[in-house]
Amino acid sequence: MAVPSYYTRGETVAYYALRAFVGLVLLFLISPIIAVMPLSFNSETFFSYPMPGYSLRWYDDFFFNPRWSGALKVSFIVALATTALATILGTLAALGLARVNFKGKSTVMAVLISPMIVPVIISAIGMFRFYAILDLAGTRLGIILAHTALATPFVVITVTATLSSFDKTLIRAGASCGAAPHTVFFKVVMPLILPGMISGALFAFVTSFDEVIVVLFLASPEDRTLPLQMFSGIREMISPTITAAATVLVLISTLLLVTVELLRRRSERLRGVRN
Amino acid sequence: MAMAQALPDDGIMRAADGTPLKVALARAQRREKLRAMGLILPLFLFIVLSFVTPILVMLYNAVYDPDVADNLPQTISALKAWDGTDLPPEEVFAAFVVDMKAAQQNRQVALVGKRLNYEISGIRSKVIATGRKVGAIEAPPYKDAVIAIDKVWGENETWATIKRSSSEYTPFYLLAMLDMRQSVDGAVERQPAERRIYWDVLKRTLGISFLVTAMTLIFGYPVAYLLATSPQKTASILMIFVLLPFWTSLLVRTTAWMILMQDNGVFSQFLSITGITWLLNLFGYIDGTPRLFHTRFATVVAMMHIQLPFTLLPIYSVMKTISPNYMRAAKSLGGTPFYSFVRVYMPQTLPGVAAGCLLTFIISLGYYITPALVGGPTDQMISGFIFSAINNENNWGKASALGVILLVATIILYYAYNKLVGIDRMKLG
Repeated sequence: MAVPSYYTRGETVAYYALRAFVGLVLLFLISPIIAVMPLSFNSETFFSYPMPGYSLRWYDDFFFNPRWSGALKVSFIVALATTALATILGTLAALGLARVNFKGKSTVMAVLISPMIVPVIISAIGMFRFYAILDLAGTRLGIILAHTALATPFVVITVTATLSSFDKTLIRAGASCGAAPHTVFFKVVMPLILPGMISGALFAFVTSFDEVIVVLFLASPEDRTLPLQMFSGIREMISPTITAAATVLVLISTLLLVTVELLRRRSERLRGVRN
Repeated sequence: MAMAQALPDDGIMRAADGTPLKVALARAQRREKLRAMGLILPLFLFIVLSFVTPILVMLYNAVYDPDVADNLPQTISALKAWDGTDLPPEEVFAAFVVDMKAAQQNRQVALVGKRLNYEISGIRSKVIATGRKVGAIEAPPYKDAVIAIDKVWGENETWATIKRSSSEYTPFYLLAMLDMRQSVDGAVERQPAERRIYWDVLKRTLGISFLVTAMTLIFGYPVAYLLATSPQKTASILMIFVLLPFWTSLLVRTTAWMILMQDNGVFSQFLSITGITWLLNLFGYIDGTPRLFHTRFATVVAMMHIQLPFTLLPIYSVMKTISPNYMRAAKSLGGTPFYSFVRVYMPQTLPGVAAGCLLTFIISLGYYITPALVGGPTDQMISGFIFSAINNENNWGKASALGVILLVATIILYYAYNKLVGIDRMKLG
């Protein structure tokens, strides 16, 4: 990282200034997440350093107190169901959108993406009223349907991005070799768009796993999800168990990030993209 | 094959079954199109049903308000002839007594009171009290008897308000959210100064969103530049610092800021160790330790932290496509490094800047969780007011009307985003 010898003094200053500035910004991005983690091992109930002692009591509470472990379970069920629904619906729609051009296509696309853009509070109050008419308010199915609506745009976007560099002659090649359309899909198309589908699925999972506003309106007391449990916990009085929950969630997101990154690289390799 | 040979040799290209190739192709394309539509349709219907319809219901709620019209039907039809100059005539009061007796029986009086209370503060309890006492009125003169229960019925404004609410559809909520109202004669006018609050909420929401967007651009642009121009290996390591927060739950990041910004928490420890507290004291900005929690500062910092990757990543992906040859050419033509950067490099990054900033601005407008948890209770954004309209006041008309305003702002920006960037080119991560 040495400065090239032909740099002027001004360029040298800019070179180091840029790196220092970027270093500070990256530190700003990562430090809140890192700073909270050690606090989850605090033996006391306050949130500052130095910590008087270490303990796993907040993790014990998180994993074994039914309020938290139950919420974690509900969150997983809702998020997995949402992921399955959103991935199937979103992938099909992205395949259809990539195939044809028709008048109003961009409007259709705008409608399909809109759940990602419209502020969630608006969706939430609308859904609360409308789902109540359909007897879906206060049910787990209602939450899953609402989360699926919020999550599909991510699947549509990621799969569409993968399809944009997809070589359509491969479909014809498969067909001309005598494969039925569904064979072509499962043997030719799907392996190539799978990375996009999986990233979309992970985005869908995170969308649901993170979502709190819709749940605030639609959840019955038995359907408290983890974010809702955290949110209501925070508003009343911060229990240090939240730091344990936050640490676990950061670990989960790290895992997801690594998966998506590996998939992205694999997909680039498959499609022959070189950096 | 035998069939194909039997066809006339008229120079038209034909498919295997004898149809002209042009027709066969058109048919195949139509089939292909229908099949593609069939793939899109399930999601489209799902979104329309589970998402678009609920929003239409919300829009409808912003203007549909039947509480007064349904419960005081005779009063309203009697009021039709009333011109608003003097107190309404005796028959209006007679109709009112009939309506109120029915409403009291159906337990609807409180609803009427709640609705009228939005326009005349303090009338709610008077309406409820009237509902209780109205059963005692047996014979005319109704006018004096009703006014005897509460003198609020002797005021023109009360009756004008009831008359204005005579339709099941009302512009009241939408006007109120723009700090306007209908005067007694039905003309639209501004609210009296002490009731003008929502314009400030809208301005505050736009102001915070703008500030957050500007900050993310200032902090994100240099990072994107360094990431895009660094060698692949360095860049992927630095990228982790951007992507890990991006993938971390919004609630977790907000919680982190909440915990760090507690009084005497980690953030104020940091400020005190680095000497920033000392400096702020020296220049008289604060006295003692700074209070961060529940301030505008905390909201903006936490929102900026959450939105930074959203602004940064589109800029980064545009910068990746800019060839370094442009800068080399600019410098070899005699441009100073600064001049070349500003005149040659920066204009090429504008599409990314537009995409990132618009996205962040749109998302910022709808923030609820972060301002609610780290911001000041009186410094909430529009989503916070929507939430409290429902949660604390059970006022769906108000919540929906605020929702309409937020939705309109979002849709305008979304339209601009689609025109400038194109939603089909939106990328994630």
